[in-house]
Amino acid sequence: MANLASTFAGIKSPNPFWLASAPPTDKAYNVVRAFKDGWGGVVWKTLGTDPPVVNVSGPRYGAIHSNDRRLIGLNNIELITDRPLEVNLREIKQVKRDWPDRAVVVSLMVPCEEHYWKDILAKVEETEADGVELNFGCPHGMSERGMGSSVGQVPEYIEMVARWCKQHSRMPVIVKLTPNITDIRYPARAAQAGGADAVSLINTISSIIGVDIDSFAPIPTIDGKGSHGGYCGPAVKPIALNMVAEIARDPQTRNLPISGIGGITTWRDAVEFLALGAGNVQVCTAAMTYGFRIVQEMITGLSDYMDKHGFTSVDEIVGRAVGNVTDWQYLNLNYVAKAKIDQDSCIKCGRCHIACEDTSHQAITSMVDGVRHFEVIDAECVGCNLCVSVCPVESCITMEQMIEGVDPRTGYAITDQYANWTTHPNNPMSKAFVPAEPAE
Amino acid sequence: MPTHVPDIATGRLSPDEYAVNFLDIHPPLDRHQALVESDRCYFCYDAPCVKACPTSIDIPLFIRQILTDNPEGSAETILSQNILGGMCARVCPTETLCEEACVREAAEGKPVKIGLLQRYATDVLMEARGEQPFERAEPTGKRVAVVGAGPAGLAAAHRLAMHGHDVVIYDARSKAGGLNEYGIAAYKAPDDFAQKEVDFILSIGGITIEHGKAIGRDISLAELRQSYDAVFLGMGLAGVNALGLEGEDLDGVADAVDYIADLRQAADLATLPVGARIVVVGGGMTAIDVAVQSKRLGAKDVTVVYRRGQEKMGASDYEQELAQTDGVLIRHNAKPKRLVTEGGRVTGIEFEETRDEAGRLVGTGVTFQLAADTVFKAIGQTFIPAALNGSAETIALENGKIRVDDERRTTLPGVWAGGDCAATGEDLTVAAVADGRIAAESIHLALSTPFVAA
Repeated sequence: MANLASTFAGIKSPNPFWLASAPPTDKAYNVVRAFKDGWGGVVWKTLGTDPPVVNVSGPRYGAIHSNDRRLIGLNNIELITDRPLEVNLREIKQVKRDWPDRAVVVSLMVPCEEHYWKDILAKVEETEADGVELNFGCPHGMSERGMGSSVGQVPEYIEMVARWCKQHSRMPVIVKLTPNITDIRYPARAAQAGGADAVSLINTISSIIGVDIDSFAPIPTIDGKGSHGGYCGPAVKPIALNMVAEIARDPQTRNLPISGIGGITTWRDAVEFLALGAGNVQVCTAAMTYGFRIVQEMITGLSDYMDKHGFTSVDEIVGRAVGNVTDWQYLNLNYVAKAKIDQDSCIKCGRCHIACEDTSHQAITSMVDGVRHFEVIDAECVGCNLCVSVCPVESCITMEQMIEGVDPRTGYAITDQYANWTTHPNNPMSKAFVPAEPAE
Repeated sequence: MPTHVPDIATGRLSPDEYAVNFLDIHPPLDRHQALVESDRCYFCYDAPCVKACPTSIDIPLFIRQILTDNPEGSAETILSQNILGGMCARVCPTETLCEEACVREAAEGKPVKIGLLQRYATDVLMEARGEQPFERAEPTGKRVAVVGAGPAGLAAAHRLAMHGHDVVIYDARSKAGGLNEYGIAAYKAPDDFAQKEVDFILSIGGITIEHGKAIGRDISLAELRQSYDAVFLGMGLAGVNALGLEGEDLDGVADAVDYIADLRQAADLATLPVGARIVVVGGGMTAIDVAVQSKRLGAKDVTVVYRRGQEKMGASDYEQELAQTDGVLIRHNAKPKRLVTEGGRVTGIEFEETRDEAGRLVGTGVTFQLAADTVFKAIGQTFIPAALNGSAETIALENGKIRVDDERRTTLPGVWAGGDCAATGEDLTVAAVADGRIAAESIHLALSTPFVAA
């Protein structure tokens, strides 16, 4: 068993798996159950000012399913905690006392006036919680009231509130970012400028999950109407990974700790976030789909992975892939790969053929010598990877790098010389001219 | 010498036992199961399952329509190629057709349950609409005679009616459906499905059925050719192969097809007599059907004896397993040698063991006897060409059946044929439906093409 102990923005937890601020962390009952199942920490569901908000009494969630009803995307219109502030604070204090080794961070969302923040920070500090997370992310409901994502969309506000919080509290401050923005680096830089100890992302994405095509109302439907919600779950993971990487490789924020959030369902997802620069991860939808016990798979999976790779601490994984994230213009244009179909594992469904034939480069046969046979035509294959993506059998089609000889598609000799767009002759702004050698 | 009293009895089981034994052998999928199963289809390119279907149903499309919760649209896709898609979903040996070809059979040994999905979609449409979904074209004024109201005849009649022709079907029996009504094992199409499907098909209109009219007895081919613009022959097989043994006409020997027909028509299975010890001679679907149904009627010992090896049996692996699970004993490599008689009835049968010598079946000289209250003959049916007599011209045969070309045209102008009576290959319901549809399209083309003088 590898040592999974984690220290994130100065906050210690026995593993890097925290539950994100959301319904699963709304009260002591749930949080205690989560800790019993092994979660390393929680971010308590967002506290606000009294009187508490009210939620709708109709459906709060909507989902996208794959056809066997596996939940791949979840949308919600639930607001921050609808319980009195005092009740939450009392429970937070008790839980932290009972579970001193676990991280208990408190999410906060109050209006953008300094006294509100000063006031609530003092109350949270009394609970002896480990830190606070500023909810500048929720895109629904609260944003209409000038909070949540409507703050997260204005870097100046982020910086201002973060600064207040650092002034009025000695706790670590994590700023939770909204993805509903054009360039995630600006809010991250603002959080850093305001003195925040870390950022966490992504919060949910503004979304309409679906429309009831009989009643013509958005889903979830409240008395015939619907409102946009926040989208999360496995479907948002690629968006989150990119935003985490953008911050991790930004020269201005590369040392800013990141808590990775967005569709994390398995230990593998967690490792991907860590590799792209997240210091720990937060999980919500997976727990809401399967219950808290999934953390046991995450813990054992991460531990076995670390043992296999000889990593002795989680920090050794953090950021390992960041250096490999680059801009398109720096990709090696002399790298040539061709798809290869393993005939032994091919089940002859023909999806690679029809995908390539109809929508790509006509580079896969369907019939050879009158027999159903799927094979890549190297002279046509551009190496696009669509066939790999649509093949139902894992590893049946692989992309194989050409390391010598001539690319039969272009007629150019394979070279191990690196050359990118910045130097390509077709680039009107190219800085140099490095032609690939034509074949003899 | 005391007269032998066979142990043949009615009412061997309780009413509940009969009910359970003859329940639907493949319970239908519910909506949830159908949605989950349909998700397994890969929507293959040029899908192998379609190629394996004699009626070429667009299987990936109909499954995708189920997946998107459009089961009625799915059923229309099925029925447009196979108007008996409901029955075929129940009786097709899918394990040797579409499901054998399914790429998931290759991938994981578990094909998509195409047959059950087809049943789901067709059941939904039949339940929701009560009648077939296609519209008839404007009347053409042409009249077509169809001989036989079995799967081939019904499929042909429906397609012809759809194209605007008027159809009269002549059938020897009192009910339409052919083997669907008289031949299929009861647990494959319970709840009178065969008649429901006949009504469904006829709901297109323009089709009349004349019952009790057998060709060669009540009507002649020459007459039909004279009175109609075209004739489709789909009367099936009237003859049954004989064992060629002495005593074959005595009590205690029966044709499997007759017994199955009696079973299918029995209002109360408890009134159907069944022997305690049954021996079935044969290795095809009929042999299995009569064996399993006898067992389910309460027979104690049922043995199927086939003259060749297991690999040569006409019954599919699935059917063989079904029989064995039901406690039927299947013996291979033994041929009937002699009927054992006592007191003027057959009381058993003697077999000689065989072996295959380079494709030739030879007796080993080793014999054994099986006692039997009933010996069922299930060694194939034959076409009786005499029924076509009366025509001035004779119709050409091929391997004892009516010769047809790719469009199911016989050698007689204006006469098409399909189903078991035609020499087209497999003796399956679905193959008969394909014949009927193909013939109907060819007839339609012939009737729509204006005569051009040479």
